[in-house]
Amino acid sequence: VNESELRELVPAVIGVLVRRGADFAAAEDAVQDALVEAVRAWPGDSPRDPKGWLITVAWRKFLDAARADTARRRREELVEAEPTPHPGETADDTLQLYFLCAHPSLTPASAVALTLRAVGGLTTQQIAQAYLVPEATMAQRISRAKRTVSGVQFDQPGDVATVLRVLYLVFNEGYSGDVDLTAEAIRLTRQLAARIKHEEVAGLLALMLLHHARRPARTRADGSLVPLAEQDRSLWDTRMIAEGVDVLQAALARDQLGEFQAQAAIAALHADAQTAEETDWVQIVEWYDELLRLTDNPVVRLNRAVAVGEADGPRAGLAALGGLDPCLPRLAAAAAYLHERDGDPETAARLYAEAARSASNVPERDHLTRQAARLNAALRD
Amino acid sequence: MAKYLLLKHYRGAPAPHNDVPMDKWEPEEVDAHVRFMREFAARLEEAGELVDVQALAPDGAFVRYDGEGRPPVTDGPFVETKDLIAGWYVIDVESWDRAVELAGELSAAPGAGGKPIHEWLEVRPFYGEQPTATE
Repeated sequence: VNESELRELVPAVIGVLVRRGADFAAAEDAVQDALVEAVRAWPGDSPRDPKGWLITVAWRKFLDAARADTARRRREELVEAEPTPHPGETADDTLQLYFLCAHPSLTPASAVALTLRAVGGLTTQQIAQAYLVPEATMAQRISRAKRTVSGVQFDQPGDVATVLRVLYLVFNEGYSGDVDLTAEAIRLTRQLAARIKHEEVAGLLALMLLHHARRPARTRADGSLVPLAEQDRSLWDTRMIAEGVDVLQAALARDQLGEFQAQAAIAALHADAQTAEETDWVQIVEWYDELLRLTDNPVVRLNRAVAVGEADGPRAGLAALGGLDPCLPRLAAAAAYLHERDGDPETAARLYAEAARSASNVPERDHLTRQAARLNAALRD
Repeated sequence: MAKYLLLKHYRGAPAPHNDVPMDKWEPEEVDAHVRFMREFAARLEEAGELVDVQALAPDGAFVRYDGEGRPPVTDGPFVETKDLIAGWYVIDVESWDRAVELAGELSAAPGAGGKPIHEWLEVRPFYGEQPTATE
Protein backbone atom coordinates (compact mmCIF):
# COMPACT_ATOMS: atom_id res chain seq x y z
CA VAL A 1 0.00 0.00 0.00
CA ASN A 2 1.24 3.48 -0.76
CA GLU A 3 0.86 4.99 2.66
CA SER A 4 0.82 8.61 1.57
CA GLU A 5 -1.89 7.98 -1.07
CA LEU A 6 -3.89 6.29 1.61
CA ARG A 7 -3.41 9.19 4.00
CA GLU A 8 -4.66 11.59 1.34
CA LEU A 9 -8.06 9.95 1.61
CA VAL A 10 -8.33 10.47 5.34
CA PRO A 11 -10.01 13.88 5.54
CA ALA A 12 -12.60 13.04 2.90
CA VAL A 13 -13.48 9.79 4.65
CA ILE A 14 -13.83 11.58 7.99
CA GLY A 15 -16.11 14.06 6.21
CA VAL A 16 -18.36 11.27 4.92
CA LEU A 17 -18.68 9.79 8.40
CA VAL A 18 -19.50 13.17 9.90
CA ARG A 19 -22.17 13.74 7.26
CA ARG A 20 -23.67 10.38 8.14
CA GLY A 21 -24.09 11.56 11.70
CA ALA A 22 -20.90 10.58 13.47
CA ASP A 23 -19.38 13.21 15.68
CA PHE A 24 -15.99 14.42 14.55
CA ALA A 25 -13.97 12.87 17.40
CA ALA A 26 -15.46 9.41 16.93
CA ALA A 27 -15.26 9.63 13.14
CA GLU A 28 -11.61 10.53 13.34
CA ASP A 29 -10.85 7.60 15.64
CA ALA A 30 -12.76 5.22 13.38
CA VAL A 31 -10.83 6.35 10.30
CA GLN A 32 -7.52 5.85 12.12
CA ASP A 33 -8.60 2.33 13.01
CA ALA A 34 -9.61 1.70 9.42
CA LEU A 35 -6.20 2.92 8.25
CA VAL A 36 -4.46 0.43 10.51
CA GLU A 37 -6.65 -2.31 9.10
CA ALA A 38 -5.98 -1.14 5.55
CA VAL A 39 -2.23 -1.43 6.00
CA ARG A 40 -2.74 -4.94 7.36
CA ALA A 41 -5.30 -6.01 4.77
CA TRP A 42 -3.51 -4.70 1.68
CA PRO A 43 0.05 -5.93 1.82
CA GLY A 44 0.25 -5.99 -1.97
CA ASP A 45 -2.40 -4.42 -4.16
CA SER A 46 -4.93 -1.95 -2.93
CA PRO A 47 -8.61 -2.57 -3.64
CA ARG A 48 -9.94 -0.92 -6.76
CA ASP A 49 -11.77 1.68 -4.72
CA PRO A 50 -9.63 2.34 -1.64
CA LYS A 51 -11.79 5.25 -0.58
CA GLY A 52 -14.99 3.20 -0.70
CA TRP A 53 -13.24 0.47 1.25
CA LEU A 54 -12.05 2.93 3.89
CA ILE A 55 -15.52 4.45 4.23
CA THR A 56 -17.10 1.02 4.69
CA VAL A 57 -14.55 -0.15 7.23
CA ALA A 58 -14.41 3.16 9.09
CA TRP A 59 -18.20 3.29 9.33
CA ARG A 60 -18.25 -0.25 10.72
CA LYS A 61 -15.54 0.70 13.24
CA PHE A 62 -17.56 3.71 14.20
CA LEU A 63 -20.70 1.64 14.75
CA ASP A 64 -18.76 -0.91 16.79
CA ALA A 65 -17.46 1.85 19.00
CA ALA A 66 -20.86 3.48 19.24
CA ARG A 67 -22.36 0.12 20.17
CA ALA A 68 -19.81 -0.28 22.89
CA ASP A 69 -19.99 3.27 24.16
CA THR A 70 -23.42 4.69 23.83
CA ALA A 71 -26.97 3.81 24.43
CA ARG A 72 -28.66 1.35 22.11
CA ARG A 73 -31.21 3.91 21.05
CA ARG A 74 -28.57 6.31 19.76
CA ARG A 75 -26.97 3.51 17.79
CA GLU A 76 -30.24 2.44 16.21
CA GLU A 77 -30.92 5.98 15.16
CA LEU A 78 -27.57 6.05 13.43
CA VAL A 79 -28.01 2.74 11.70
CA GLU A 80 -31.40 3.84 10.47
CA ALA A 81 -29.94 7.10 9.34
CA GLU A 82 -27.29 5.35 7.30
CA PRO A 83 -27.69 6.67 3.78
CA THR A 84 -26.71 5.03 0.54
CA PRO A 85 -23.73 2.75 1.05
CA HIS A 86 -21.34 4.96 -0.88
CA PRO A 87 -22.32 8.59 -1.10
CA GLY A 88 -19.96 10.77 -3.03
CA GLU A 89 -17.95 13.38 -1.25
CA THR A 90 -20.11 16.44 -1.02
CA ALA A 91 -18.97 20.03 -1.14
CA ASP A 92 -15.49 19.78 0.13
CA ASP A 93 -15.17 17.80 3.29
CA THR A 94 -11.41 17.88 3.11
CA LEU A 95 -11.41 21.65 3.08
CA GLN A 96 -13.85 21.73 5.99
CA LEU A 97 -11.48 19.54 7.97
CA TYR A 98 -8.61 21.94 7.43
CA PHE A 99 -10.75 24.69 8.91
CA LEU A 100 -11.96 22.59 11.81
CA CYS A 101 -8.46 21.44 12.77
CA ALA A 102 -7.14 25.00 12.67
CA HIS A 103 -10.09 26.41 14.57
CA PRO A 104 -9.18 29.62 16.43
CA SER A 105 -10.34 28.11 19.74
CA LEU A 106 -7.37 25.70 19.58
CA THR A 107 -3.86 26.56 20.75
CA PRO A 108 -1.30 26.45 17.93
CA ALA A 109 0.24 23.22 19.25
CA SER A 110 -3.18 21.54 19.44
CA ALA A 111 -4.15 22.73 15.98
CA VAL A 112 -0.90 21.36 14.60
CA ALA A 113 -1.39 17.96 16.25
CA LEU A 114 -5.02 17.70 15.19
CA THR A 115 -4.25 18.74 11.62
CA LEU A 116 -1.49 16.16 11.33
CA ARG A 117 -3.83 13.45 12.55
CA ALA A 118 -7.19 14.28 10.99
CA VAL A 119 -6.02 15.93 7.77
CA GLY A 120 -2.62 14.27 7.44
CA GLY A 121 -3.68 10.85 8.64
CA LEU A 122 -0.55 10.42 10.76
CA THR A 123 -0.70 8.24 13.83
CA THR A 124 -0.41 9.69 17.30
CA GLN A 125 2.87 7.82 17.68
CA GLN A 126 4.32 9.44 14.56
CA ILE A 127 3.24 12.90 15.68
CA ALA A 128 4.64 12.33 19.17
CA GLN A 129 7.97 11.27 17.69
CA ALA A 130 8.08 14.31 15.47
CA TYR A 131 7.69 16.64 18.45
CA LEU A 132 9.74 14.59 20.91
CA VAL A 133 7.01 14.13 23.46
CA PRO A 134 5.72 10.87 24.96
CA GLU A 135 2.93 9.25 22.97
CA ALA A 136 0.55 9.51 25.95
CA THR A 137 1.11 13.27 26.06
CA MET A 138 0.37 13.66 22.38
CA ALA A 139 -2.70 11.41 22.64
CA GLN A 140 -3.97 13.64 25.43
CA ARG A 141 -3.27 16.81 23.44
CA ILE A 142 -5.21 15.43 20.48
CA SER A 143 -8.18 14.26 22.48
CA ARG A 144 -8.40 17.59 24.30
CA ALA A 145 -8.27 19.34 20.93
CA LYS A 146 -11.12 17.18 19.69
CA ARG A 147 -13.17 18.07 22.75
CA THR A 148 -12.46 21.76 22.16
CA VAL A 149 -13.87 21.66 18.63
CA SER A 150 -16.68 19.23 19.42
CA GLY A 151 -19.25 22.03 19.39
CA VAL A 152 -18.07 23.57 16.15
CA GLN A 153 -20.37 22.98 13.26
CA PHE A 154 -18.66 21.07 10.50
CA ASP A 155 -20.03 23.17 7.65
CA GLN A 156 -19.02 26.48 9.16
CA PRO A 157 -16.87 28.54 6.82
CA GLY A 158 -13.38 28.94 8.19
CA ASP A 159 -10.55 31.37 7.94
CA VAL A 160 -7.83 30.44 5.49
CA ALA A 161 -5.29 32.55 7.38
CA THR A 162 -5.53 30.38 10.49
CA VAL A 163 -5.04 27.24 8.39
CA LEU A 164 -1.97 28.77 6.77
CA ARG A 165 -0.46 29.63 10.13
CA VAL A 166 -0.87 26.02 11.23
CA LEU A 167 0.69 24.66 8.05
CA TYR A 168 3.55 27.13 8.37
CA LEU A 169 4.18 25.87 11.92
CA VAL A 170 4.22 22.27 10.71
CA PHE A 171 6.78 23.27 8.09
CA ASN A 172 8.98 25.23 10.43
CA GLU A 173 8.98 23.36 13.70
CA GLY A 174 9.37 19.85 14.89
CA TYR A 175 12.13 17.30 14.94
CA SER A 176 12.33 14.18 12.92
CA GLY A 177 11.01 10.77 13.65
CA ASP A 178 10.06 8.54 10.76
CA VAL A 179 7.96 11.34 9.27
CA ASP A 180 9.49 14.29 7.47
CA LEU A 181 7.33 17.15 8.71
CA THR A 182 8.52 19.63 6.09
CA ALA A 183 7.53 17.24 3.32
CA GLU A 184 4.24 16.58 5.11
CA ALA A 185 3.57 20.33 5.37
CA ILE A 186 4.19 20.67 1.64
CA ARG A 187 1.85 17.78 0.89
CA LEU A 188 -0.91 19.29 3.04
CA THR A 189 -0.44 22.76 1.54
CA ARG A 190 -0.41 21.37 -1.98
CA GLN A 191 -3.61 19.49 -1.24
CA LEU A 192 -5.16 22.68 0.11
CA ALA A 193 -4.01 24.70 -2.90
CA ALA A 194 -5.71 22.18 -5.17
CA ARG A 195 -9.02 22.80 -3.40
CA ILE A 196 -9.10 26.51 -2.93
CA LYS A 197 -8.02 29.31 -5.20
CA HIS A 198 -6.37 31.67 -2.77
CA GLU A 199 -3.25 33.76 -3.41
CA GLU A 200 -1.80 33.25 0.04
CA VAL A 201 -2.24 29.48 -0.07
CA ALA A 202 -0.24 29.56 -3.28
CA GLY A 203 2.20 31.97 -1.67
CA LEU A 204 2.80 29.64 1.25
CA LEU A 205 3.19 26.64 -1.04
CA ALA A 206 5.74 28.56 -3.11
CA LEU A 207 7.58 29.65 0.03
CA MET A 208 7.77 26.08 1.29
CA LEU A 209 8.97 24.71 -2.04
CA LEU A 210 11.64 27.40 -2.40
CA HIS A 211 12.97 26.76 1.10
CA HIS A 212 12.74 23.00 0.87
CA ALA A 213 14.67 23.07 -2.42
CA ARG A 214 17.69 24.45 -0.57
CA ARG A 215 17.60 21.95 2.25
CA PRO A 216 20.31 19.59 0.93
CA ALA A 217 22.77 22.51 0.95
CA ARG A 218 21.81 23.89 4.34
CA THR A 219 23.63 21.41 6.58
CA ARG A 220 26.89 19.55 6.24
CA ALA A 221 27.11 15.79 6.67
CA ASP A 222 28.12 16.39 10.30
CA GLY A 223 24.95 18.38 11.01
CA SER A 224 26.61 21.81 11.09
CA LEU A 225 24.89 24.79 9.46
CA VAL A 226 25.96 26.30 6.15
CA PRO A 227 24.98 29.98 5.76
CA LEU A 228 23.19 30.88 2.54
CA ALA A 229 26.19 32.68 1.08
CA GLU A 230 28.41 29.61 1.51
CA GLN A 231 25.96 26.98 0.28
CA ASP A 232 26.89 24.74 -2.62
CA ARG A 233 24.18 25.90 -5.00
CA SER A 234 24.58 22.86 -7.21
CA LEU A 235 22.87 20.95 -4.38
CA TRP A 236 19.71 23.03 -4.68
CA ASP A 237 16.76 21.20 -6.18
CA THR A 238 16.21 23.16 -9.39
CA ARG A 239 12.98 21.35 -10.29
CA MET A 240 11.46 22.28 -6.98
CA ILE A 241 12.66 25.87 -7.36
CA ALA A 242 11.06 26.05 -10.81
CA GLU A 243 7.80 24.74 -9.40
CA GLY A 244 7.92 27.25 -6.54
CA VAL A 245 8.56 30.12 -8.93
CA ASP A 246 5.68 29.04 -11.18
CA VAL A 247 3.28 28.79 -8.27
CA LEU A 248 4.40 32.18 -7.00
CA GLN A 249 4.12 33.92 -10.37
CA ALA A 250 0.59 32.64 -10.88
CA ALA A 251 -0.32 33.95 -7.43
CA LEU A 252 1.32 37.35 -7.91
CA ALA A 253 -0.48 37.76 -11.23
CA ARG A 254 -3.78 37.85 -9.34
CA ASP A 255 -2.59 41.01 -7.65
CA GLN A 256 -3.62 40.24 -4.09
CA LEU A 257 -0.31 40.53 -2.35
CA GLY A 258 0.06 38.95 1.08
CA GLU A 259 2.74 38.12 3.58
CA PHE A 260 3.53 34.63 2.30
CA GLN A 261 3.75 35.75 -1.31
CA ALA A 262 6.18 38.51 -0.32
CA GLN A 263 8.31 36.06 1.66
CA ALA A 264 8.23 33.63 -1.25
CA ALA A 265 9.32 36.42 -3.60
CA ILE A 266 12.38 36.99 -1.43
CA ALA A 267 13.13 33.27 -1.36
CA ALA A 268 12.73 33.19 -5.16
CA LEU A 269 15.25 36.00 -5.59
CA HIS A 270 17.78 34.04 -3.53
CA ALA A 271 17.04 30.89 -5.49
CA ASP A 272 17.50 32.78 -8.73
CA ALA A 273 21.10 33.78 -8.01
CA GLN A 274 23.68 31.39 -9.48
CA THR A 275 26.23 32.64 -6.97
CA ALA A 276 25.82 34.56 -3.71
CA GLU A 277 27.43 37.59 -5.38
CA GLU A 278 24.74 37.69 -8.07
CA THR A 279 21.95 38.07 -5.51
CA ASP A 280 19.69 40.99 -6.38
CA TRP A 281 19.76 42.62 -2.95
CA VAL A 282 18.14 45.85 -4.14
CA GLN A 283 15.03 43.96 -5.18
CA ILE A 284 15.14 41.93 -1.98
CA VAL A 285 15.10 45.14 0.06
CA GLU A 286 12.10 46.31 -1.96
CA TRP A 287 10.26 43.11 -1.13
CA TYR A 288 11.10 43.56 2.55
CA ASP A 289 9.59 47.02 2.30
CA GLU A 290 6.41 45.45 0.90
CA LEU A 291 6.48 42.91 3.70
CA LEU A 292 6.82 45.67 6.28
CA ARG A 293 3.78 47.39 4.84
CA LEU A 294 1.83 44.13 5.17
CA THR A 295 3.12 43.16 8.58
CA ASP A 296 5.33 45.46 10.54
CA ASN A 297 7.16 43.21 12.93
CA PRO A 298 10.68 43.24 14.40
CA VAL A 299 11.76 40.01 12.71
CA VAL A 300 11.01 41.47 9.29
CA ARG A 301 12.87 44.65 10.25
CA LEU A 302 15.87 42.59 11.30
CA ASN A 303 15.96 40.61 8.06
CA ARG A 304 15.47 43.79 6.08
CA ALA A 305 18.45 45.36 7.83
CA VAL A 306 20.67 42.46 6.75
CA ALA A 307 19.47 42.88 3.17
CA VAL A 308 20.10 46.63 3.37
CA GLY A 309 23.61 45.81 4.57
CA GLU A 310 24.17 43.83 1.36
CA ALA A 311 22.50 46.36 -0.93
CA ASP A 312 23.85 49.63 0.52
CA GLY A 313 26.81 48.54 2.62
CA PRO A 314 27.23 47.38 6.23
CA ARG A 315 26.94 50.88 7.76
CA ALA A 316 23.49 51.26 6.23
CA GLY A 317 22.59 47.81 7.53
CA LEU A 318 23.75 48.68 11.05
CA ALA A 319 21.75 51.90 10.90
CA ALA A 320 18.67 49.90 9.88
CA LEU A 321 19.15 47.71 12.97
CA GLY A 322 18.88 50.80 15.18
CA GLY A 323 15.77 51.00 17.28
CA LEU A 324 15.21 47.25 17.45
CA ASP A 325 14.85 45.62 20.85
CA PRO A 326 18.36 44.42 21.82
CA CYS A 327 16.84 41.18 23.13
CA LEU A 328 15.39 40.28 19.74
CA PRO A 329 16.60 36.78 18.78
CA ARG A 330 19.34 36.84 16.14
CA LEU A 331 19.88 40.59 16.48
CA ALA A 332 23.39 40.10 17.88
CA ALA A 333 24.23 37.63 15.11
CA ALA A 334 23.06 40.05 12.42
CA ALA A 335 25.00 42.92 14.01
CA ALA A 336 28.09 40.70 14.26
CA TYR A 337 27.87 39.86 10.58
CA LEU A 338 27.52 43.52 9.60
CA HIS A 339 30.38 44.64 11.88
CA GLU A 340 32.68 42.05 10.35
CA ARG A 341 31.83 43.29 6.87
CA ASP A 342 32.45 46.80 8.12
CA GLY A 343 36.02 45.81 9.06
CA ASP A 344 35.57 45.60 12.82
CA PRO A 345 36.41 41.98 13.74
CA GLU A 346 36.77 42.72 17.49
CA THR A 347 33.19 43.91 17.82
CA ALA A 348 32.01 41.16 15.49
CA ALA A 349 33.73 38.44 17.57
CA ARG A 350 32.26 39.79 20.80
CA LEU A 351 28.78 39.94 19.26
CA TYR A 352 29.05 36.44 17.79
CA ALA A 353 29.97 35.08 21.23
CA GLU A 354 27.01 36.97 22.70
CA ALA A 355 24.74 35.64 19.95
CA ALA A 356 25.92 32.09 20.68
CA ARG A 357 24.84 32.47 24.31
CA SER A 358 21.32 33.42 23.26
CA ALA A 359 20.96 30.96 20.35
CA SER A 360 17.73 29.00 20.34
CA ASN A 361 19.14 25.69 19.14
CA VAL A 362 22.38 23.75 19.33
CA PRO A 363 23.45 23.80 15.65
CA GLU A 364 22.94 27.57 15.62
CA ARG A 365 24.86 27.96 18.88
CA ASP A 366 27.75 25.88 17.54
CA HIS A 367 27.78 27.83 14.29
CA LEU A 368 27.91 31.19 16.08
CA THR A 369 30.59 29.98 18.50
CA ARG A 370 32.66 28.89 15.55
CA GLN A 371 32.25 32.30 13.91
CA ALA A 372 33.52 33.97 17.09
CA ALA A 373 36.42 31.49 17.26
CA ARG A 374 37.29 32.14 13.61
CA LEU A 375 37.48 35.91 14.16
CA ASN A 376 39.37 35.62 17.43
CA ALA A 377 41.88 33.24 15.83
CA ALA A 378 42.46 35.70 12.97
CA LEU A 379 42.90 38.53 15.50
CA ARG A 380 45.59 36.50 17.33
CA ASP A 381 47.63 35.98 14.15
CA MET B 1 20.36 -1.81 35.01
CA ALA B 2 20.28 1.53 36.78
CA LYS B 3 19.76 5.05 35.57
CA TYR B 4 22.21 7.86 36.13
CA LEU B 5 22.25 11.52 35.30
CA LEU B 6 25.46 12.99 33.91
CA LEU B 7 25.11 16.67 34.55
CA LYS B 8 27.11 19.34 32.72
CA HIS B 9 27.49 22.81 34.18
CA TYR B 10 28.09 26.19 32.60
CA ARG B 11 29.15 27.34 36.05
CA GLY B 12 29.27 25.96 39.53
CA ALA B 13 31.35 22.83 39.05
CA PRO B 14 35.05 22.93 40.05
CA ALA B 15 37.07 24.60 37.29
CA PRO B 16 38.40 22.18 34.64
CA HIS B 17 42.14 21.97 33.84
CA ASN B 18 41.67 23.21 30.31
CA ASP B 19 39.49 26.23 31.08
CA VAL B 20 39.36 28.43 27.96
CA PRO B 21 36.04 29.88 26.72
CA MET B 22 35.01 28.17 23.51
CA ASP B 23 35.04 31.32 21.38
CA LYS B 24 38.79 31.60 22.12
CA TRP B 25 39.55 28.16 20.66
CA GLU B 26 40.77 27.58 17.12
CA PRO B 27 37.75 27.05 14.83
CA GLU B 28 38.94 23.51 14.07
CA GLU B 29 39.00 22.79 17.80
CA VAL B 30 35.36 23.87 18.02
CA ASP B 31 34.55 21.49 15.18
CA ALA B 32 36.40 18.65 16.86
CA HIS B 33 34.53 19.23 20.11
CA VAL B 34 31.14 19.31 18.41
CA ARG B 35 32.02 16.13 16.54
CA PHE B 36 33.10 14.41 19.76
CA MET B 37 29.83 15.29 21.49
CA ARG B 38 27.76 13.97 18.64
CA GLU B 39 29.76 10.77 18.44
CA PHE B 40 29.59 10.25 22.19
CA ALA B 41 25.78 10.32 22.08
CA ALA B 42 25.74 8.03 19.04
CA ARG B 43 28.04 5.59 20.82
CA LEU B 44 25.80 5.50 23.89
CA GLU B 45 22.77 4.93 21.73
CA GLU B 46 24.47 2.10 19.87
CA ALA B 47 25.45 0.50 23.17
CA GLY B 48 21.82 0.57 24.28
CA GLU B 49 22.70 2.86 27.19
CA LEU B 50 21.28 6.23 26.12
CA VAL B 51 17.97 7.36 27.58
CA ASP B 52 18.03 11.07 26.92
CA VAL B 53 20.35 13.90 26.06
CA GLN B 54 19.38 17.55 26.32
CA ALA B 55 21.13 20.90 26.26
CA LEU B 56 19.88 23.95 28.15
CA ALA B 57 20.18 27.58 27.12
CA PRO B 58 22.03 29.65 29.74
CA ASP B 59 19.14 32.05 30.38
CA GLY B 60 16.06 31.53 32.50
CA ALA B 61 14.99 32.57 35.99
CA PHE B 62 13.93 31.44 39.43
CA VAL B 63 10.18 31.55 39.87
CA ARG B 64 8.04 31.18 42.98
CA TYR B 65 4.45 31.47 44.17
CA ASP B 66 3.72 34.88 45.64
CA GLY B 67 0.38 34.32 47.30
CA GLU B 68 -3.26 34.08 46.31
CA GLY B 69 -4.31 36.21 43.34
CA ARG B 70 -0.80 37.48 42.68
CA PRO B 71 1.33 36.60 39.70
CA PRO B 72 4.39 34.43 40.43
CA VAL B 73 7.59 36.25 41.35
CA THR B 74 10.52 35.77 39.04
CA ASP B 75 14.12 36.29 39.99
CA GLY B 76 16.47 36.40 37.04
CA PRO B 77 18.52 36.38 34.97
CA PHE B 78 20.82 34.15 36.96
CA VAL B 79 23.67 35.98 38.66
CA GLU B 80 27.23 35.20 37.62
CA THR B 81 28.04 33.31 40.81
CA LYS B 82 25.12 30.97 40.45
CA ASP B 83 25.49 27.28 39.71
CA LEU B 84 24.23 26.91 36.15
CA ILE B 85 23.32 23.62 34.48
CA ALA B 86 24.23 23.31 30.80
CA GLY B 87 22.65 20.00 29.98
CA TRP B 88 22.55 16.32 30.74
CA TYR B 89 22.74 12.76 29.61
CA VAL B 90 20.48 10.18 31.18
CA ILE B 91 22.05 6.77 30.85
CA ASP B 92 20.81 3.32 31.75
CA VAL B 93 23.82 1.18 32.64
CA GLU B 94 24.86 -1.93 34.53
CA SER B 95 26.60 -0.25 37.42
CA TRP B 96 27.90 2.87 39.09
CA ASP B 97 31.34 1.94 37.76
CA ARG B 98 30.08 2.00 34.20
CA ALA B 99 28.43 5.39 34.79
CA VAL B 100 31.72 6.74 36.12
CA GLU B 101 33.60 5.27 33.18
CA LEU B 102 31.27 7.01 30.72
CA ALA B 103 31.47 10.31 32.61
CA GLY B 104 35.26 10.02 32.37
CA GLU B 105 35.03 9.60 28.61
CA LEU B 106 32.73 12.58 28.30
CA SER B 107 35.02 14.70 30.46
CA ALA B 108 37.84 13.96 28.02
CA ALA B 109 36.02 15.88 25.25
CA PRO B 110 38.65 17.85 23.30
CA GLY B 111 38.95 21.57 24.02
CA ALA B 112 41.47 24.35 23.49
CA GLY B 113 44.71 23.11 21.94
CA GLY B 114 42.95 19.87 21.06
CA LYS B 115 43.57 18.71 24.65
CA PRO B 116 40.92 17.12 26.90
CA ILE B 117 38.87 19.67 28.85
CA HIS B 118 38.85 17.57 32.06
CA GLU B 119 35.42 19.06 32.76
CA TRP B 120 33.91 18.05 36.10
CA LEU B 121 30.64 16.23 35.52
CA GLU B 122 28.12 15.48 38.20
CA VAL B 123 27.03 11.82 38.21
CA ARG B 124 23.80 11.21 40.09
CA PRO B 125 21.90 7.96 40.53
CA PHE B 126 18.14 8.05 39.97
CA TYR B 127 15.96 6.52 42.63
CA GLY B 128 14.80 3.19 41.26
CA GLU B 129 11.46 1.42 41.48
CA GLN B 130 10.47 -0.62 44.49
CA PRO B 131 11.54 -4.17 43.56
CA THR B 132 8.77 -6.70 43.13
CA ALA B 133 10.48 -9.30 45.32
CA THR B 134 11.81 -7.65 48.43
CA GLU B 135 12.84 -10.69 50.47
